[in-house]
Amino acid sequence: MTTFIGAATSRIDGVAKVTGAAKYSAEYNVPGLAYGSIVTSTIAKGHVTRIDSSAARRVSGVYDVLTHDHRPSMASTDKAYKDEVAPTTGSPYRPLYDNEIKFSGQPIALVVAETSEIARYAASLVEVEYKPEPHVTDIHQERKSAIPVETPSSPFDAHFTPPKMRGNPDEALEQAQVLHVGEYFVPIEHHNPMELFAATVLYDQGGKLIVYDKTQGVQNVQRYVCSVLEMKPEDVRVISPFVGGAFGVGLRPQFEVVLASLAARALSRPVRVVLTRPQMYALGYRPAAIQKVSIGANRDGSLNAITHSAITATSQYEQYFRQETGWSGLLYKSANAGYEHRLAQLDLPTSCDMRSPSAPTAIFSLESAMDELAIELKMDPIALRLRCYSDRDQNNNLPFSSKALRECYQKGAEAFGWSKRNPQPRSMRDGGDLVGWGMATGIWEALQVPITVRIVLNANGTAEIACATSDIGTGTYTIIAQVGADTLGLPLENVKVRLGDSTLPQSPVEGGSWIATSVSNGVVTTSRAISDQLLLLAKTMPGSPLARLGPNDVVLANRRLQSKADATRSVSISDVMRSGGMNQIVQEKTTNPSEDTSRAHNTHSAVFAEVKVDEQLGVIRVTRVVSAVAVGRVLNKKTAHSQIMGSVVWGIGMALQEETVIDHKLGRIMNANIAEYHVPVNADIHDINVIFVDEVDNSNPLGVKGLGEIGIVGVAPAIANAVYHATGKRVRNLPITLDKVIA
Amino acid sequence: MITFEYARASDVPEALRLVAGDRAKFIAGGTNLVDLMKVDVERPTKLVDITRLPLSGVDRLQGGGVLVGALVRNSDLANHPLVQERYPVLASAIMAGASGQLRNMASTGGNVLQRTRCPYFYDTATPCNKRVPGTGCSAIDGFNRNNGILGTSASCIATHPSDMCVALAMLGAIVHVSSLSGDRQIPMADFHRLPGDTPNRDTNLESGEIITAVELPAVGYAANYTYLKIRDRMSYAFALVSVAAGLIVEGGVIKDARLALGGVAHKPWRNPAAEVALRGQPANTATFSGAADLLLRDAKGYGHNTFKIDLARRCISRALTQAARGTPQSQSNKKIL
Ligand SMILES: Cc1cc2nc3c(=O)[nH]c(=O)nc-3n(C[C@H](O)[C@H](O)[C@H](O)COP(=O)(O)OP(=O)(O)OC[C@H]3O[C@@H](n4cnc5c(N)ncnc54)[C@H](O)[C@@H]3O)c2cc1C
Ligand code: SF4
Repeated sequence: MTTFIGAATSRIDGVAKVTGAAKYSAEYNVPGLAYGSIVTSTIAKGHVTRIDSSAARRVSGVYDVLTHDHRPSMASTDKAYKDEVAPTTGSPYRPLYDNEIKFSGQPIALVVAETSEIARYAASLVEVEYKPEPHVTDIHQERKSAIPVETPSSPFDAHFTPPKMRGNPDEALEQAQVLHVGEYFVPIEHHNPMELFAATVLYDQGGKLIVYDKTQGVQNVQRYVCSVLEMKPEDVRVISPFVGGAFGVGLRPQFEVVLASLAARALSRPVRVVLTRPQMYALGYRPAAIQKVSIGANRDGSLNAITHSAITATSQYEQYFRQETGWSGLLYKSANAGYEHRLAQLDLPTSCDMRSPSAPTAIFSLESAMDELAIELKMDPIALRLRCYSDRDQNNNLPFSSKALRECYQKGAEAFGWSKRNPQPRSMRDGGDLVGWGMATGIWEALQVPITVRIVLNANGTAEIACATSDIGTGTYTIIAQVGADTLGLPLENVKVRLGDSTLPQSPVEGGSWIATSVSNGVVTTSRAISDQLLLLAKTMPGSPLARLGPNDVVLANRRLQSKADATRSVSISDVMRSGGMNQIVQEKTTNPSEDTSRAHNTHSAVFAEVKVDEQLGVIRVTRVVSAVAVGRVLNKKTAHSQIMGSVVWGIGMALQEETVIDHKLGRIMNANIAEYHVPVNADIHDINVIFVDEVDNSNPLGVKGLGEIGIVGVAPAIANAVYHATGKRVRNLPITLDKVIA
Repeated sequence: MITFEYARASDVPEALRLVAGDRAKFIAGGTNLVDLMKVDVERPTKLVDITRLPLSGVDRLQGGGVLVGALVRNSDLANHPLVQERYPVLASAIMAGASGQLRNMASTGGNVLQRTRCPYFYDTATPCNKRVPGTGCSAIDGFNRNNGILGTSASCIATHPSDMCVALAMLGAIVHVSSLSGDRQIPMADFHRLPGDTPNRDTNLESGEIITAVELPAVGYAANYTYLKIRDRMSYAFALVSVAAGLIVEGGVIKDARLALGGVAHKPWRNPAAEVALRGQPANTATFSGAADLLLRDAKGYGHNTFKIDLARRCISRALTQAARGTPQSQSNKKIL
């Protein structure tokens, strides 16, 4: 029956995107639209003592200047500002709430004017006086005073606290035949999505708001705006059908939506706020991390202890953290394991989720350490990993629902030509270049969350599938249409998909690689309800060929409801509906994840990298990457391939280029733009080979595991390991810039 | 909106008349000026558009040189047959800079006058002597990975970011300048200044002066040259260190040498002593290292950028090797030769 699921299908929204028909949050134009420009703090900590906006107000075309003491009322409890994914512990930042400065770049005024140019100019005239206080933005400076992560009350955060210790890791490390201890560093990184954060807020006479916002979760933003502005749920609708990348920074509601909504209410008119690129650096970031990994091994490569301790960065006002430590004792078999996680509280915005939060950071350390151990043991890096391959999640003592990591190693190694590797560092050359081959493992979670999907089936054989989830550019529209076309038995072009509107059926934020799994199985559930209803109707047809069949005996295919056993017994969908006098059938169903707590659910990868390092100049080029991933069933080979390839490109950036630079004296980011914050350009990218390894998983009806994030995990260590293999130089702090190689 | 006057000139005298007065500026490609206006660093009250001036020629001069009009676009200059044939080092340096879109807009004169990329210069919330004299230099003990190691001062350690100018300095180009009081010629070596106590002044161009052309001398070092640019990614990044090198080699012996560095100083850096030292020497690694040592004798690092001293030494050796072998660096094949 499946014809569309799995097929390499171009995005159904592709034409709309390249022709400009797909509208983004800053593109909704209405008469009378006003434009907001944000004034941000230049100090990192202290208080605003005076804001003089008189000069700004005098500029012709300026409507108002909002500040903490001149704005519509806002909620005054922390609870009101806690969105769906806010850290449990802490007081969320409240935009324009009071005169306290918590980070450089914090919004302190919003100038609203007739045009964006007027607003921007007037914003430059706002005079601000501060009473600064000493700040700290350097994680290294705070490593002594970092605080242990608490076990938070919410199950969501509890998921991220370090797993329980098993055995006696300290003693086991002491007794190890071979001990490797290393400290690794990953700097702050920013998401830098292409689309700027923006909100266009429409205001109607009754005071209702329609909010076009760049977000990964319209319903999260809707609830947040309602609670922060103390509005009724029916008075706020949030719409975000297209998102030009977000990568985690759009999970929590950001300040553009609060400022635009405040201004719309203050002025009773539509208002747009678009952040500038530098302002986007105040939204959140992948936390910097100082990590220590200790591995105790036997001579044969089996492990008897592994410990992972991490200090990660958060703000002074919220405790954000993810599972920075637990991956180590999950990925490899070791009877003893111990974890410690502490937080450095800095005068910066709260750190936040960024593609596969915690895993690229933690796995960089673990997989660099494993490479170092392999060298000490004189073992092939893959052989070592196979030696301590774990068939169980030892942190939770559970079997995996599926784990085709062995096949990833094998298929990846084969495609890469790993067997031709000379293990000796500096042994492989290409002219003046040292050649290095490195590999690493990747791991991520395969989660499913409750989601509701509505399907409207029309008698003319078309259908509309609706859900509030976003498509952040990953291809969600397309996979929904594919699954819908198959399960409803319709041609792909007959299936329309509506997403990104808070009035649509419930969806959590799009993150954690859980949406593809959740929504695709959600489509299956609702399609099934449609099929059931059609069968009831079909049975009532005179001489129905399906009269004696039950719901499990029929299937929708080729625009017909047909017997599974005998395809000749079928009726067309249109005939069924007409005979039942129905123009439309509507079904809305919630799909909950199966309560499969007896198994662990993860995706895996094996990443192989070839680098060529100019011996004299230290210039590193990543000339080949093979990424073999085990992600359950692939819904669309084309968009899936793009996800993994894009992740690999990002991993190359993480390994060699990405670093948010802070002037700690000023407490200010000094490369807050994409000319100076480097991500790879085409000239940095060579051959990338993506392999999907067969993996059958029965955790959900479709066997899907999600793949938006696994692709970046493991790339940076594979490259770091390759750089070591090429040069004999181990770089433990990212990014691996050329000065670290020639030093 | 910040209002400013806009006027379009059709010839040089008109442009000079229009620009007279306070805070008026010429605008050519606008790729640097408009960016700086957007971040509030440049605040001209008047823009004089010079893109219609008849200064877009690339013409042979008597005596063998070539005169490049100030409005010749960077892309056009790099692709001009005369430049590719006689001054390939210049074509190569231009292609190493910015992006295709930017090079299509950028002009020769604007490129010479582009301002530093020191991050503090761009951020009006931070002290910077170049932007606001007397406020202090944030880079000296701040983030200075992209800053200078040669000819720096206690007031400023900024670098001049142009790639094209490094090749122009190496070639010994001459900048042709006009003002209402007449014309003058400024050798490239004297065009950009060292920061000293007045880092706010990048060049020796006086206000009211316009660049009309850049003259390339007859010798183009077309047989043995290279432009080697080392940066934090393969393309679309400013140089950490770049080297323009030109040699005349006969029978393995260096007859004449030219060497200029980019990314290391407030101006394209040339040191005639190093070039003299190369002359008459065998074209080998020992000779090249000697020249590098001489060039970098007074180099000073400021923390983040200290590695540039060693990197520059390596780049000089490599560039001279490339030049001597006649295997110049390619700007398009994604690798260092
Ligand atoms: C993202 C980015 C990356 C870049 N990367 C590089 C790089 O890697 N390497 C590199 O070399 N450059 C790089 N550039 C800089 C680029 O080369 C310059 O912006 C460009 O050359 C400036 O030329 P323009 O004609 O646009 O100058 P404009 O912006 O028009 O003018 C610049 C200045 O020159 C003055 N001016 C212009 N013409 C004249 C004249 N004839 N007489 C007197 N004054 C004049 C103007 O008043 C202004 O002050 C980059 C720029 C950007 C934005
Ligand atoms: S180096 Fe020069 S441009 Fe940079 S901060 Fe110091 S004075 Fe300003």
